[in-house]
Amino acid sequence: MRWLLLIILLILIPSFAVAEEARPLAENPQVEARLKTLAVELRCLVCQNQTLADSNAPLAEDLRREVREMIAKDMSDREIIDFLVARYGDFVLYRPPLKTTTTLLWVGPFLLLGAGAAGLVIALRRRQKKLGDTTMTLSEAEHKRVAQLLSEGVNRP
Amino acid sequence: MSRFLLPLGIFIVVVGFLAVGLTLNPRELPSPLVGKAAPDFSLPQLHDPTKVISSNDLKGKVWLLNFWASWCGGCKDEHPVLNHLAQSGEVPIYGMDYKDQRNEALAWLKEWGNPYSVVAVDEPGRVGINYGVYGVPETYVIDKQGIIRYKQIGPLREDILQEKILPLVRELQSQ
Repeated sequence: MRWLLLIILLILIPSFAVAEEARPLAENPQVEARLKTLAVELRCLVCQNQTLADSNAPLAEDLRREVREMIAKDMSDREIIDFLVARYGDFVLYRPPLKTTTTLLWVGPFLLLGAGAAGLVIALRRRQKKLGDTTMTLSEAEHKRVAQLLSEGVNRP
Repeated sequence: MSRFLLPLGIFIVVVGFLAVGLTLNPRELPSPLVGKAAPDFSLPQLHDPTKVISSNDLKGKVWLLNFWASWCGGCKDEHPVLNHLAQSGEVPIYGMDYKDQRNEALAWLKEWGNPYSVVAVDEPGRVGINYGVYGVPETYVIDKQGIIRYKQIGPLREDILQEKILPLVRELQSQ
């Protein structure tokens, strides 16, 4: 029984160690919740395909600190995003705004969709026309042969 | 024959886009700060922490602001270019020691040479954020009115200096 207790305690030791290493996220959980919702919309500039929330880059840590402080100062989301865009450009936004420079980005996929749909319609029409043409060009002799083949099929056991 | 023309055309367009894409550097982002006033700073100096260097003191002359750090590999690459420029005396270079340790920065400058008129210390990286720095080294050309005229992302090279930065500096100095 004593051995079992000792083993259980030994197993638990690493979990205590981990618990001690983990730092408290922040004093204020509300600030942290807002930071989280903001940070997933923002791009880390160092590891460009990670959000500010995911990245471990030192700059991302600094920017999270900066955003945390702005939240603590009770700035609106709009003000915080403007602060970052003024320094790093639209690139920090995962959802780029609709501007003259980004029109192709926003409209492009719909243009491609339209072009694809138009291509499909044209291809289908052409195909139908071709099929229609072949039925029209059956000659009298061919009609007879078709009738003969069909009747042969009926007569077979 | 004509049935191959359309796919071939699409193929050529796609290849064209991809070829242009290969030549672009995704790490070079256009800075929204070019053409705007350089953010103000007032920071302790590296060589004498009791003294302060302020961006206001630099109004009225054209200067370069170079963000660097002793831990940064690219800074070592560009350092000979900066030393060379400092020797020519064409334009003063002000250093911004970005997120660095003082003693390491001082040792680094002792070893590789100090091209800077003054080095400011941005230990928490806040001035860096105000300037939109996302990777050292970065270099800014700032005019007499304190407007950012050019931003170099990544190490300076002799050809960039000769073709872009020095002509711009001379033009700004003559204004």
